[in-house]
Amino acid sequence: MSQIQIESSKLLDMYKKMVEIRQLENRLSELAKQGRVGTVHLAAGEEASAVGCCSALREEDYVVSTHRSHGHVLAKGGDMNRLVAEIMAKKTGYNKGKGGDLHVAAFDKNMLVSNAIVGGGIPMATGVGLTISLKGWDRVVMCFFGDGAANIGTFHESLNLGAVWKLPVIYVCENNLYGNTTPQISTVSNRPTSISMAIQDISLRANAYGMPGVTVDGMDPVVVYEAARDAVQRARQGSGPTLIECKTYRYFDHSEGQPQNYRTKEEVERYRKLDPIPRFRAKLIELGLLSAEEASKVDQIASKQVEDAIAFAEKSPDPDLNDLALDLYGESM
Amino acid sequence: MSERQISFAQALREGLREEMRRDPSVVIIGEDVRVSSFGVTESLWQEFGDARVRDTPISEAGFIGMCLGAAMTGLRPVAELMLGDFVTVCMDQLANQAAKVRYMSGGHAEPHMVVRVGVSGPGVRVGAQHSQSLEGWFLHVPGLRVVYPATPYDAKGLLKAAIRGPDPVMFFEHKLVYGVKGPVPESDYTVPIGKAEIKKEGKDVTIACYGYMLHKSLAAARRLAREGIEAEVVDLRTLSPMDKETLLGSVKRTGRMVTVEDGCKTGGVGAEISAIVCEEAYDDLEAPIRRVAALDLPLPANGVLEDAALPNERKIIDAVKSTLKTSASA
Repeated sequence: MSQIQIESSKLLDMYKKMVEIRQLENRLSELAKQGRVGTVHLAAGEEASAVGCCSALREEDYVVSTHRSHGHVLAKGGDMNRLVAEIMAKKTGYNKGKGGDLHVAAFDKNMLVSNAIVGGGIPMATGVGLTISLKGWDRVVMCFFGDGAANIGTFHESLNLGAVWKLPVIYVCENNLYGNTTPQISTVSNRPTSISMAIQDISLRANAYGMPGVTVDGMDPVVVYEAARDAVQRARQGSGPTLIECKTYRYFDHSEGQPQNYRTKEEVERYRKLDPIPRFRAKLIELGLLSAEEASKVDQIASKQVEDAIAFAEKSPDPDLNDLALDLYGESM
Repeated sequence: MSERQISFAQALREGLREEMRRDPSVVIIGEDVRVSSFGVTESLWQEFGDARVRDTPISEAGFIGMCLGAAMTGLRPVAELMLGDFVTVCMDQLANQAAKVRYMSGGHAEPHMVVRVGVSGPGVRVGAQHSQSLEGWFLHVPGLRVVYPATPYDAKGLLKAAIRGPDPVMFFEHKLVYGVKGPVPESDYTVPIGKAEIKKEGKDVTIACYGYMLHKSLAAARRLAREGIEAEVVDLRTLSPMDKETLLGSVKRTGRMVTVEDGCKTGGVGAEISAIVCEEAYDDLEAPIRRVAALDLPLPANGVLEDAALPNERKIIDAVKSTLKTSASA
């Protein structure tokens, strides 16, 4: 991990948030196997990206997310009870149980949308940038998407528009190397073969649109944070968007219950050794910012928070049947 | 009558200008909107500048989705699709995003945006990809409003209502209607979304139509009147939500129904109207409903062929007469 020049309270907050996300995702995987929650798209392994990026934002800044949104919601400061209730599609959820796992939006934290269409949110985030720019607000918008989205048209159209209009958008590509089961580059044989992209680093594409692009180790929250902080600063100064590629890895499959035969156990083990959470913990202990006892306290607190959120969600009622058609249209004039 | 007459295109421009003066959050976004290829947004750039009249690259999915994000954070974008056929390249942003974001966010998102689906419809010999009437698709997407004015008065009033309203509105404009002139007040007014209007009263048969086909239907009705047949012409104006009350009320009086559209017949607007009438006013019908629509074909560039594929006054008149000859109980 890199030399750290971040205040210690922020580092500890980042660590705690990563632990919360990991514990939640691990428990949701178990609940999915038990049939206590429906289809879930888990982000275990990708915590450093969500937390590193969102730690560079202020409360009033915006986030647009993907189908793999749990980490982004929590990293932006979202409430775990309301998040889990929404994942279980309950009335008390962030979106009254109408959105579910794929569509969590935490408007109280300016986390505007999670999208089940790959690349669907990138134009929207760019439009948020337009509002900020026209209204002259001191805000930015952070747009998360995956490596799969970097091949769809909206990615290219939006980055072009964002750069032409110098909008305050931070485009964050969380490259977990697989679009569902299809690898960016197959490493099954000794000779790596391009499957969905003929390039290694997606950040190269930034150059084509006239914005800076940077690839960072998405398993290291500190370097992610530093890249995000620089991009946010550029956006706030009116210098336009940045493309950040966080190289990361998801420990679970695309969604729970999906096929598992598309990558080797050895590969998963290799990335488990790069797990951002134990590495960050070791670094914080080495720096004297955290003791082993404090670390286990962090685990305990997160565990209780997760269990409380699950209990809250499971006890929560279903949405009212009378509200089935509610919120389709706005109040008419 | 000293009332001022202006064209459909001028009425739209006037509506845009008034709303932009009234509300600084209204912005125009689209391709060639500063110069305006087809004239609707002409001169607005000079008044409102680059910030509010924004030319985009040719990237409909990008800028339509962008309008949605802008709407959700407080702007009131009016997007222009230069040609109606271009809705096909931004369908995800319309059908999956704009239509659904309020509902799936539990009512938090406010997607108040207008998509002007400009230069829609057939009739000018430009072939299959510049001639479509795709409004029917959007009736199948809850969350969108679908508006299709036919007169300058309705164009201005509905556009202003759409801009001020809370929902994503697909605002269709037929390419052969821009030059149609009619009375338009200079005062501020809106036309409510969701209300049809009986443009000509009649007791013998109801003709339900919209857009350019209103003008064909009125012409057919005038010719029918010379033969003693009194057709009632209902201009739907809004296709979603459909004004069932006006439609069913008319059928109750006339007992017969002809639908007219210049989109394809199968799965079209007329099919939906027919189903509504059969479900909710079957006992009022004296004859089977007739649908006048384009043939189920890509439209050919050749004029003789295109005309043969499209509705016209003759086909409307024939359909009306066939409903008068048939009895439902026969």
